This record gives sequence, C-alpha cells and structure tokens, in this order.
Amino acid sequence: MKNTSIKDLLEKYAFAGSYLEQNNFDISGKEEMTIEEYLATFSEEEKEDMAFDSESIVKGLEEYIKQMLSFLGEDKNDVQSLTIIGGTNKSGEAESFGEFTISTGEIIAIVGPTGSGKSRLLGDIEWVAQKDTPTSRQILINNEKPDYKWRFSTSDKLVAQLSQNMNFVMDLTVAEFLDLHAESRMVENKEDIIQKIITCANDLAGEKFDLTTPITSLSGGQSRALMISDTAILSKSPIILIDEIENAGIDRKKALSFLLSQDKIVLMATHDPMLALLGDKRIVIKNGGIHKIIETTDEERSMLHEIEAVDQKVQNLRSSLRRGEILTSDSFK
Amino acid sequence: MNLVTVSGPPSSGKTAVILKTIESYQKQGIYVGVIKFDCLYTDDDILYEKAGIKVRKGLSGGLCPDHYFVSNIEEAFAWGQKEKFDVLISESAGLCNRCSPYIKEIKAICVIDNLSGINTPRKIGPMLKSADIVVITKGDIVSQAEREVFASRVNTVNPKAVVMHVNGLTGQGSFELSTLLYDKELDTDSLKGKQLRFSMPAALCSYCLGETRIGEEFQMGNVRKINLEQ
Repeated sequence: MKNTSIKDLLEKYAFAGSYLEQNNFDISGKEEMTIEEYLATFSEEEKEDMAFDSESIVKGLEEYIKQMLSFLGEDKNDVQSLTIIGGTNKSGEAESFGEFTISTGEIIAIVGPTGSGKSRLLGDIEWVAQKDTPTSRQILINNEKPDYKWRFSTSDKLVAQLSQNMNFVMDLTVAEFLDLHAESRMVENKEDIIQKIITCANDLAGEKFDLTTPITSLSGGQSRALMISDTAILSKSPIILIDEIENAGIDRKKALSFLLSQDKIVLMATHDPMLALLGDKRIVIKNGGIHKIIETTDEERSMLHEIEAVDQKVQNLRSSLRRGEILTSDSFK
Repeated sequence: MNLVTVSGPPSSGKTAVILKTIESYQKQGIYVGVIKFDCLYTDDDILYEKAGIKVRKGLSGGLCPDHYFVSNIEEAFAWGQKEKFDVLISESAGLCNRCSPYIKEIKAICVIDNLSGINTPRKIGPMLKSADIVVITKGDIVSQAEREVFASRVNTVNPKAVVMHVNGLTGQGSFELSTLLYDKELDTDSLKGKQLRFSMPAALCSYCLGETRIGEEFQMGNVRKINLEQ
C-alpha cells in the first residue's frame, strides 16, 4: 500500500472508497498521491479539527481491506449443521439430552416460559460457546469445534433475528433501504437481488407495496414480509431465529418454506401451535436448561391440519372485513 | 486492578449495559466498582447502588465534562484501589462528539445505539474511532437489515474494534462482553504518566471564562470564525 496511488488502490479495492468516505475524507483531485502522501497534506491543526491521526487511518485501512477480502472470498453458506452438547441448568444439574444436531432445512421450535433461558441458549449459539459460558454448553458447527471468527466478526454473525417487536426506523424508501443493505453486503448483481426481495416480500404479504413506499409506512404484515425476505436473501447468517411472529397480514407457512429454500436453519421461539407443530422437533426450556427435546408426533401433525383450517377461517373473516363486507354466521363455516 | 473506560452518547444505554455486565461478574465473584461522570445531573448512581455496586459520581457542572474526567480519573483510580476492586469501570457521556476520555493501554468501550441513525458513526470522532470494543444496543427493536447496516458502518470507521450487540434489557450479550473486559493477569497500578489516546478539543476564550455578551469586542483568546462564503 505504501507505493500505491489512491487511484490504483481504489481500482483494486473499490470498497476502500467507503472507508475513506465514512471517515470523511474527500480525495477528489488527490487520486495520484499515495494514502500517506495524501494524509501528509493535512496540517497539524487540520488533523486536530477533523480528529484523526494518520497512523490510525493507515492501519485502519489495511485492516479494513484485509477484512473485506476475507469476507468476499468466503463461500455463501458453509454451515451445514449445528450441534449443541449439553451443559447444566441454573441449579447446576446436567442437561439430559446429551447431544443434539440440527441441519440446514430443519425447523426447530423453542418453548418455555419467559425468563426460562431462551436468550441464554441463543447466546450460547451466537457465541459458539465452548464450555465457557454460564451453562457450560458446547456448540459444534459441521461437527467440528468452530472458528472463533463467529464471535468477533462484524460481517459474519451466526444468527439473524426476526421478532414481532422489530420495526424499521430509517427514513428511506423500500428501494433506498434495500440498496443500502445490498451495498453493505457487497453483492454484485444488486438490481436483480433487490427485485427478487421485493417480489418475494409481496408474495408473503397480504397487501402489495412497491419500491417507492417509505419503509416506515409499511403495515405490520408488510414490514414482517420485507424483513423475512430481506433476511433470507441478503443476510449471510446461516441460522435464523424467529421470535413470536403474529399471523396478521403475512403467510407464515410460505415464509418458513421460503427460509428453508435458502438453506437456513430455522429456530422459532413460539407457543403458537400452528408454528410450533410445523417444526420437526421442539426444545423445551426450563430453569435455564434444555429440559427435553420432543419430536413432533404424527398425531400432532394430523391436528395441524385442523388448526390450519380454523386459522384459514379466521383469515377469511379478516379479508372480508378488509373488503368492507358484513359478516354473517355463514362466514365462519 | 483493571480500569475500563466506557463512554457513549447520552441515552445510548451505557448504564444498562454496565449493570448487566457487572451482574455476570458478581456471579463469578469478581469485585467491581463504578465511577460515573456526568455534566449537570445523574441518578444512575442510585441504579448502581440498588444493584449492590459501589459507586461514586462526579458532575462537571460548568466545566467541559471530558476535561473534568481527565483531571479526576487518577483520584478515582486511587479510590478504586483503596476499595480493592478487581475492576473499576468509568462511565462518561460523550457530549460533544469530538471528545473521548480513552487512555492508552486502558480498555476503551464505546456504547452506541441502533436508533441513532446510520450517519452517526461518521459523526462521532475518537470516542468511536479509537475504541477497542464498540457495543451496539437496542438491536431488539430494529430490523435485522438495519442492525447489519449499522454494524457495517461502525466497522468501516473503526475496523480494528470488536463490534458486539448487547441488549441492555434482557442482558443478552453482556456475559460475552464481560469476558472481554476483565483480564486477571493485567494489573494496572497507577495512571500517572499514562496518556490520552486523543487530544481533547482546544478552548480558551472569553466565553470559557464566563463572558455572556455577544459581539466581536467581547471575544478574546482562542476564537475561530465560521466561513459563510461559498
């Protein structure tokens, strides 16, 4: 980097431009200089005013380039399975399930009262615990002791989260928002991906929206649909935790199968029978530990159809109300 | 004793993050105290006391808060040693975005929240850019995408820092943070001679000395004029 002009540097590493921009450097007209020559053009007073020191800027740039190169060089999804090896609950008693492996394409429900230890389990997964957390659990990825990069990397997080409490807060349109997210993930075919996300989100949402809608004026269902499709397509995290997503205005079953089609592992914290029974298994949390792991039974699965039928009726009532119709006793048959 | 300096914009969740982190230490038998610096008012000391944590507070009043911090941190450190803490955590608000109370060789944590806007990372100076660990809070109420964009902006302005998500309400992430703050092997015995990571903004003008009137004839000392020409 010492003898490379800024112009050559940016040609080689286009992303370095955003480092300079976010650190408030305007390099226009200085492209022929090396980064060190450029920084040397600032007087001591100017450096004080902009609050930077040259050495940190150069070191930061080197680190940034290193991180981005490793980010770009990685395979899209190298996580095939996740294994939890039992530790202890809050009273120090050993968890009895031994070892539990979840593979991509599986849906696992997590049940248990508030405060029972769901966050801790999730924390253990995100931190790829190696018997060094309060539960002493161990997490394996692809059956091996995982790389610690999962702990500290900003761009590679193991778990993405979706919950009912989440909202969009940025003052942007859907298009601007997706563009910004795609840029931060450094995807190549941005336009295609954005189109794909919006098509999929509209497929999941009851009411359609377009690219010029401000994200903060989307309805609850539309927001959820956009969050799910955006997370499935743009987020690199191989595991998605869904925390109590309400049924209103979004086709949850379709959303789940869509997530699975993107090779994700889906964890769902829910007590809604329709969702919980969609899972292959469910983890029961009690007193800070995994109390047991239940496989969804055939009887439960057959009940699922009835529950869905009832739910469909409620959904139909909802649509009738939206259309301005008057409900009659026939509407619920 | 370990000293850890925590700072961040007002209401970003510093106190909540520190409280949850200390909870993890208390379970492990690590003894932690807090020195809270603020400007005009704080009742965070009551929150700490309620959690059974020894705390002292300092209000800078009419002085620049970070100048006040640096002129008092040595005494605060000595207090911590007298109390025989394993870790002393200093908490101070970054009130002007240019300042930063970080000291070389002393662990520096910056707390900012997801709601503060994606351009915030580039607006905050050394307080964010020279931190060792950046803790991002309030991730439970914004979308996954916004969390990712915000974290990537933080990483762009400070690639050397470890970026962590901590939920100040549930404590999710605070155990993990606690493992990065305390180093048993490290024992700082004095701050004398240590240096700030970054100089503080310069000032010494008539307004520093109590002048209240507006007008060029009342301005003396280190005064700079805005450029309104295009």
